[in-house]
Amino acid sequence: MSLLTFTLIIFAGALLAGLLGSLTGLGGGVVIIPLLTIAFHIDIRYAIGTSLVAVIATSSGSAAAYVKEGFSNIRIAMFLEVATTSGAILGAILAIYLPTHFIAILAGIVILYSALISLKKKQDHLDVNQSSKLARILKLNGDFPDEHGNKISYAVHRVAGGYGMMMFAGVISGLLGLGSGSLKVVAMDNIMHIPFKVSTTTSNFMIGVTAAASASVYLSRGYIDPVLSMPVVLGVLLGSMVGARILMKTATSWLRILFIVVITILGGEMIYNGLLNKI
Amino acid sequence: MKKQINDQRIEIFLSYLLRWGVTLSAVIVAISGLLYLISHAGDTPHFHTFHGEHSDLTSLPGILHAMHQGNLKAFIQFGIVLLIATPIARVFFSIIGFILERDLLYIVLTIIVLSILMIGIFSGLGG
Repeated sequence: MSLLTFTLIIFAGALLAGLLGSLTGLGGGVVIIPLLTIAFHIDIRYAIGTSLVAVIATSSGSAAAYVKEGFSNIRIAMFLEVATTSGAILGAILAIYLPTHFIAILAGIVILYSALISLKKKQDHLDVNQSSKLARILKLNGDFPDEHGNKISYAVHRVAGGYGMMMFAGVISGLLGLGSGSLKVVAMDNIMHIPFKVSTTTSNFMIGVTAAASASVYLSRGYIDPVLSMPVVLGVLLGSMVGARILMKTATSWLRILFIVVITILGGEMIYNGLLNKI
Repeated sequence: MKKQINDQRIEIFLSYLLRWGVTLSAVIVAISGLLYLISHAGDTPHFHTFHGEHSDLTSLPGILHAMHQGNLKAFIQFGIVLLIATPIARVFFSIIGFILERDLLYIVLTIIVLSILMIGIFSGLGG
């Protein structure tokens, strides 16, 4: 295969990955890693480096759109970024010592888990009254406007538990090159009881910063190849922009189910190939 | 109330920063990538086995040096580095908001996050 054909096919695949990622809310990484390793037999180390760059592109691209709505909480983001960035660096260090087929199996498990989580019906834990003491000290409680423009205040719970989960999300992100947005949302929704409108945008904000921490380690380690990254970054960016448009215009529940099935198959393939030591 | 207005203004500024960073790096990657493809269309890609990048392309000084010699791959890599730097710049500039609000706790937390990011860049963990 010539480089031109290769680049065009990768671009098309990345376009699809960006589209899928934004329609399912899972981000580009969960598709990029299996696409590159299973479909194109690219070494998983290159795949991880490339995926991290794609994760940053989608995060920064969509954060720009989200922030105008003004729901993200910059204090929650900054406080939890201490956990995610230190976790990400830890994950990037850990990656040196773990065999690649083990990393592939772990990536498959996280991809399957993300797909499962996105199917579950979400429960909003809006709680006004009792925040934890730590949340008050850290000034994490805030408010957001509802559809009528009224202020809705929210209280943040179990700060230490959320911090721990975020650290874990950071390690996974740094080790596997995924955005691990699903783990971040678990920490913020289920543990800290931050309302969706705030947690989704805040998490998206943090994903790029987390990925940047490990991406700079991987850059100096030679995992990020410009020729491979070029079609992936451009494809994912374009795909997620188109995906965001579709998402706003149409009800896409059947499309989402279809995509989640695709992602589940990809995750299963990762585990299977990892177990056979093929990655 | 005043605090909120500050917060929002800064967040809108940051959102422009992110969009500008992503757009600029995408344009650099696209143009230099296209030029690279024109001259290397017939090459055989070999990403099946891991070689690691040439040391020219793994650090900013190396990339800048290679760009000076007209290396198109270095130009693409520069665009990628700019993309990685965009969220880091976001963290850096959000400190302004905390300084305006005289929020010492969050000034310190932002500095901690920046330091962790700098460890990732400069510590040689890439080894």
